[in-house]
Amino acid sequence: MRNPSASGDILVLGEVRSGRLHRVTLELTSKARSLADVLGGEVSTLLMYDRIDRDPRTIVHYGADRVTCVRDERLRLFDQEVQSTILSFVIGSTGPGIVLAPATTSGRTIMPAVAAMVGTGLTADCTGLEIEAGTGLLLQTRPAIGGNIMATITTPDDLPQMATVRPRTFAVPEPDPDRVGRVEELTLPDRCFESRVEPLGHEGSSGDDVNIQDRDVIISGGKGMKREESFRLLRELAELLDGGVGASRAAVDNKWIAYSHQVGLSGKVVAPKVYFAVGISGSVQHLAGMQTSGLVVAINKDPEAPIFRVADIGLCGDLFDIVPRLIEGLRERKGVSG
Amino acid sequence: MQIAVLIKQVPDSDDVRMDEVTGTMIREGAGAMINPLDLHALQEALTIRSSQGGEVVALSMGPPQAEAALREALALGADAVVFLSDPRFAASDTWATARTLAAACERTGPYDLILAGEKATDGETGQVGPEVAVMLGVPFSTYVSRVEFDGCGSVEVSRTVEDGIERQKLPLPCLLTVLRDINEPAMPTLSGKKAARRAALTVQGMDSLGLSPDEAGLAGSPTRVRRIFRPSLARNPRIFKAGDIEEGIVALFDELESRGLIDEQGPS
Ligand SMILES: Cc1cc2nc3c(=O)[nH]c(=O)nc-3n(C[C@H](O)[C@H](O)[C@H](O)COP(=O)(O)OP(=O)(O)OC[C@H]3O[C@@H](n4cnc5c(N)ncnc54)[C@H](O)[C@@H]3O)c2cc1C
Ligand SMILES: Nc1ncnc2c1ncn2[C@@H]1O[C@H](COP(=O)(O)O)[C@@H](O)[C@H]1O
Repeated sequence: MRNPSASGDILVLGEVRSGRLHRVTLELTSKARSLADVLGGEVSTLLMYDRIDRDPRTIVHYGADRVTCVRDERLRLFDQEVQSTILSFVIGSTGPGIVLAPATTSGRTIMPAVAAMVGTGLTADCTGLEIEAGTGLLLQTRPAIGGNIMATITTPDDLPQMATVRPRTFAVPEPDPDRVGRVEELTLPDRCFESRVEPLGHEGSSGDDVNIQDRDVIISGGKGMKREESFRLLRELAELLDGGVGASRAAVDNKWIAYSHQVGLSGKVVAPKVYFAVGISGSVQHLAGMQTSGLVVAINKDPEAPIFRVADIGLCGDLFDIVPRLIEGLRERKGVSG
Repeated sequence: MQIAVLIKQVPDSDDVRMDEVTGTMIREGAGAMINPLDLHALQEALTIRSSQGGEVVALSMGPPQAEAALREALALGADAVVFLSDPRFAASDTWATARTLAAACERTGPYDLILAGEKATDGETGQVGPEVAVMLGVPFSTYVSRVEFDGCGSVEVSRTVEDGIERQKLPLPCLLTVLRDINEPAMPTLSGKKAARRAALTVQGMDSLGLSPDEAGLAGSPTRVRRIFRPSLARNPRIFKAGDIEEGIVALFDELESRGLIDEQGPS
């Protein structure tokens, strides 16, 4: 699919999970808007779902010129084959120059399949997107090797230029209720829903297990937590800050908390507004998963712990003394009776 | 059951030290190892072999030293390995890597099942697995934390995703990328280590795979790295000790407040 005469149109793959419109859809739509304005193109957001908790029209207020809805019973459970087929079908029929998708488990599953289907490149987990002056190419910047290196990548000769973007990388702007755009329902031929994958079911997990990558605040505990029960302290603190609980690998290996909470090289890479490392020494592998966070707060009794070198605020002392004081202090500030 | 496992050699992060001034990794002198997440794919293949019978073949594309990763796979119990190494494979992006691995699966297969890791710890894309599947024309699943065979030519998997567990059934042949929590990798056995030392590894290059130079390596890669730079992660640590902790807590609360993270709810 070599074709250097790129269209300025951008297609955004929106995400609807269990009937909920994911906010990353708005983040990507508004980012696409600013890129398309440079290129003089249109933004279309594609949604695939069987039910949705918001009016798709609201996406227009965040910058879409067109919202394309594929609404079908057969989209109730995630099916990577169906979603990839539909996305390639839409790419084939609209010819966008750029396709953006969230770097969620779904986006990171569908996009490589689609890149292979249409024969183009794909850049994972971008944290920066820009249009290059002169060439009009999409400059896709992403962290590699645990955030120690940033690489700017282009797809010079193939179309579309495809990228996945981490949730919370781009801000959601104030909606503009006066923006106009079209919302259309797309009816697809039955063959688009044919699949060799048979979805059997989905079991939701408890609120505690909400993906930590979606959180503004993450409170992570390490070996210093000593035992499973003490993670209760972190959950309490997390609840007060509307955050999630993360962990070092040492804590996960001790089975104090599930692997889905592990932050680091062999776990999740996170970049919340505020990251707390509690009883974590700050190994290279752990830092690889969190060092691009906004504010980093370290709580550790060892003044030599490497985590203090990458922290903005370090509280050097016993976590079993400090964390309860934080909980108490926050309750006071918030005026919540404990 | 013929099972292929895709393994990648990555720099050993255990050996890497941090440069305290620039906040970056010092890789000089660091060794190499099997991508730790791929060990789980290999272990799963070995477990499946012990219940279903068959053979486990480990495939890797990489520079000459990646041979060590394949010997390690043999030591861990793989029956055979396929080493894809050619100077013209250098600088492959995920598309070109997948193209090469898919060609190798076609040449050395057919396989009933292909397993890959969730992602490589260096490139961290997680794209190669799904791309290989599409290029081979087989169905695939990702983020797999559990695999079960029904004995009727299909496999049931659990995928761990943001909001829970999804269960799916796929016909064989198929490709799965697996998570770290799917199993506990075992240690190499003595007999495995012996076999690994003795094994003669043959190398396959672009020509023996029947790939043309514009399908693989840099020329076959749709993406280009334009620039590499070190992010500035400079922070200005404010460390509070012993008697100053209270002051530190206040400083922290002020930071949280300025970020809009402490919203007063009023006494409830
Ligand atoms: C290939 C590979 C991949 C890896 N991937 C990851 C990864 O993804 N994520 C990850 O985290 N690690 C990873 N690791 C492991 C990593 O090297 C470290 O072993 C791990 O991060 C250490 O976890 P920790 O900081 O919780 O434990 P430790 O290093 O044991 O640190 C515990 C800290 O708690 C402090 N402490 C103890 N008690 C208290 C107390 N009462 N109050 C205050 N502080 C206290 C101690 O001073 C110490 O600094 C990986 C390793 C390898 C080899
Ligand atoms: N060069 C390679 N050789 C063999 N397998 C690879 C190679 N690169 C990637 N893989 C496989 O694809 C998975 C995802 O890698 P990546 O897309 O690079 O994050 C890895 O865990 C491996 O299973």
